[in-house]
Amino acid sequence: MSKKIDGITKESTQEMIDNALEIYPDKAKKKRVPHLAPNEGEGACVKSNRKTIPGVMSARGCAYAGAKGVVWGPIRDMVHVSHGPVGCGYYSWGTRRNLMSGINGVNQFAMQFTSDFQEKDIVYGGDKKLKTLLQEAKDLFPLAKGISVLSECPVGLIGDDINSVAKASAKELDIPIIPCNCEGFRGVSQSLGHHISNDTIRDYIIETREFPEPIGPYDIALIGEYNIGGDAWSTKPLLEECGFNVKSVWTGDGEMDKIAATHQVKLNVIHCYRSMNYMCKVMEEKYGIPWIELNFFGPTKIRNSLRKLAELFDDNIKEKVEAVIAKYDPLMQAVIDEYKPRLDGKKVMLYVGGLRPRHTVNAYEDLGMAVVGSGYEFAHGDDYERTSPEMPEATVIYDDITEYEFEQFADTLKPDLIGSGIKEKYLFQKMGIPFRQMHSWDYSGPYHGYLGFPTFARDVDMAINSPTWNLVKSPF
Amino acid sequence: MRQIAIYGKGGIGKSTTTQNTVAGLAYLGKKVMIVGCDPKADSTRLILHAKAQSTVMDLVRERGTVEDLELEDVLKVGYGDTKCVESGGPEPGVGCAGRGVITAINFLEENGAYTDDLDFVFYDVLGDVVCGGFAMPIREGKAEEIYIVCSGEMMAMYAANNIAKGILKYASSGKVRLGGLICNARKTDKEFELVSALAAKLSTQMIHFVPRDNQVQRAEMRRMTVIEYSPEHPQAQEYRTLAEKIQNNKMLVVPTPLEMEELEDLLMEYGIMEAEDETIVGKAENAA
Ligand SMILES: Nc1ncnc2c1ncn2[C@@H]1O[C@H](COP(=O)(O)OP(=O)(O)OP(=O)(O)O)[C@@H](O)[C@H]1O
Ligand code: SF4
Ligand code: SF4
Ligand SMILES: [Mg+2]
Repeated sequence: MSKKIDGITKESTQEMIDNALEIYPDKAKKKRVPHLAPNEGEGACVKSNRKTIPGVMSARGCAYAGAKGVVWGPIRDMVHVSHGPVGCGYYSWGTRRNLMSGINGVNQFAMQFTSDFQEKDIVYGGDKKLKTLLQEAKDLFPLAKGISVLSECPVGLIGDDINSVAKASAKELDIPIIPCNCEGFRGVSQSLGHHISNDTIRDYIIETREFPEPIGPYDIALIGEYNIGGDAWSTKPLLEECGFNVKSVWTGDGEMDKIAATHQVKLNVIHCYRSMNYMCKVMEEKYGIPWIELNFFGPTKIRNSLRKLAELFDDNIKEKVEAVIAKYDPLMQAVIDEYKPRLDGKKVMLYVGGLRPRHTVNAYEDLGMAVVGSGYEFAHGDDYERTSPEMPEATVIYDDITEYEFEQFADTLKPDLIGSGIKEKYLFQKMGIPFRQMHSWDYSGPYHGYLGFPTFARDVDMAINSPTWNLVKSPF
Repeated sequence: MRQIAIYGKGGIGKSTTTQNTVAGLAYLGKKVMIVGCDPKADSTRLILHAKAQSTVMDLVRERGTVEDLELEDVLKVGYGDTKCVESGGPEPGVGCAGRGVITAINFLEENGAYTDDLDFVFYDVLGDVVCGGFAMPIREGKAEEIYIVCSGEMMAMYAANNIAKGILKYASSGKVRLGGLICNARKTDKEFELVSALAAKLSTQMIHFVPRDNQVQRAEMRRMTVIEYSPEHPQAQEYRTLAEKIQNNKMLVVPTPLEMEELEDLLMEYGIMEAEDETIVGKAENAA
């Protein structure tokens, strides 16, 4: 680790952390201390995947959110049922901006299906209602390739047996019905929802289909790519340009049959490690499919990733990859030439989800910027291990940061941009700090791949250099 | 208005005793409402002579939401002008009966079922207190007086002690008090002494010893309380006495539940349980 930021030392970062924690009661302070640390360059420097402490404002979601919003929701040709009260899924209608192709209601189902539990369903149980719902879904949407049933809290609390309803209805309706026991009260964050969903794919989906075409040596799958703002429509063609057949994408713009046949591919390329590493490991153990974690943000990382990938294949691929890099490098340089003069030396703080707190660091650096703080809502130790080498020396790393801590850090570090979620957006905009919503690409995208980088650069420039900020006088 | 909750081990005689006692109070000219808190909905049948009455939850299920119900739909009047409501709920093994109890009681409160002319409200609660829903009747602002139906059988006494533990929890944060144990006799050895002794240990009283009598079943066959079926029968007199004792009861205590060992010592003292002999545990009667 050689990257250094002027004025940031281990001591200055530790002092900032200590000051921020000052206000907490002893017990809360003791619990928060291990989750905040200066970057040490290797290993996981913070503790993670622990219960959020009561009384703070956390940005985390629940296991159901991880299942519905992240893993299942993007599969476009299945009906996804939010099973329980309507509220949990109200805003889950493609709101992560996991874009889909197809015709809505015909072969693509980006809608909100819910069993809409009422008091009587809690008291009498919702199994019968679920059975009816499954029948109706099949009648209304005969082209759906399957139905997922995603349990919300009350379903687990009252002990409804969705697994047996799913089994019986699947047989009766002759369609895969996948019960996912992802009740929100399970685990400490949305992370467990990803894990449970992976396990459910393992138990109900993988290996239940085969690809119609014969398997070729360049058949790969793209895992942990959710097509946010059209990301997969950048990465998939890119990999194809490099000579690969991307047989299936998990799960952005995903298709049930292709996901089910993924056990036949030769390699899994994983982008979001946190949410899908489980299935990569399962496919490795069970079918001997190797997997490789790559980063498609910014020209430097894309170049490295494509070369790393080519290493695993023959000269045919290696040549194509070099040709692709040679083709795009000048285009990317043009982007850098345009934006770097305006962005050079600007500082960013990140606080996002699965992969972005580390994967996007270098994309900012490509534009001459520096990331001065980064952290995750729901990461585990292995994510932080992967983060340390990406971040500059002694910069602050934060896990499940509270709104208060984040505000304090921003106050000290005075970043030129914050990339985080909708819950943080208005806080920082009110502080007069330019902000980009980096879960959903803020109504923009794609940001992945060569196609995404110009958009990314434009958006970052637009946020930071907008004249608006000079017109606003913050009262604070 | 005094609100009273009746708890006790499953099948011990809570519903029978409650209805007969309420009939006794009605006989004394008191206005009473019974709220059945059990999906079986058998807490008011002896007062209403009904096989099955439409419960709050049944109607909610039928009509959609609790907002679609009117009080008259679920409040029936039976013997001695006693008002009767059943919470209703699911078959065993599905859904959440506890939530049904909560929904029903909230409905009654919101719709003015607790009128000023009532002298007593009785809650007849299913078996053991398994979860929060079944503790609803003793939450803040509801029943402040509890009677535990038990007998001299070991498991009934265990249950009584456990319920006392539950009451203690609510008593320390609110006004809930234990009014006494009602011994519904099973004709076990030294039953009177044993239940009295348990009551003393719990810092309460055995408020009455209700003998076992087949007249109860004879009345039950006609879906009647003994008091209505045969007012002259000695068993009817027992229930009237219990009703009077409850009416006059001033002994409302925070219970002092026993530790398991103390309870076992008590049972041993009365010969219900043999002194601990680890060598015989798990051995069949005929085993060598
Ligand atoms: N004193 C008594 N003498 C004879 N029989 C009795 C007496 N008390 C109750 N029984 C009988 O015991 C049976 C069970 O009583 P009851 O239904 O009142 O019990 P419970 O405690 O309400 O049960 P649950 O826990 O299932 O609600 C009834 O059939 C009733 O006839
Ligand atoms: S925690 Fe439970 S109730 Fe809340 S949104 Fe998640 S599933 Fe729904
Ligand atoms: S234990 Fe209680 S709260 Fe839980 S499902 Fe059963 S009745 Fe409902
Ligand atoms: Mg009963």
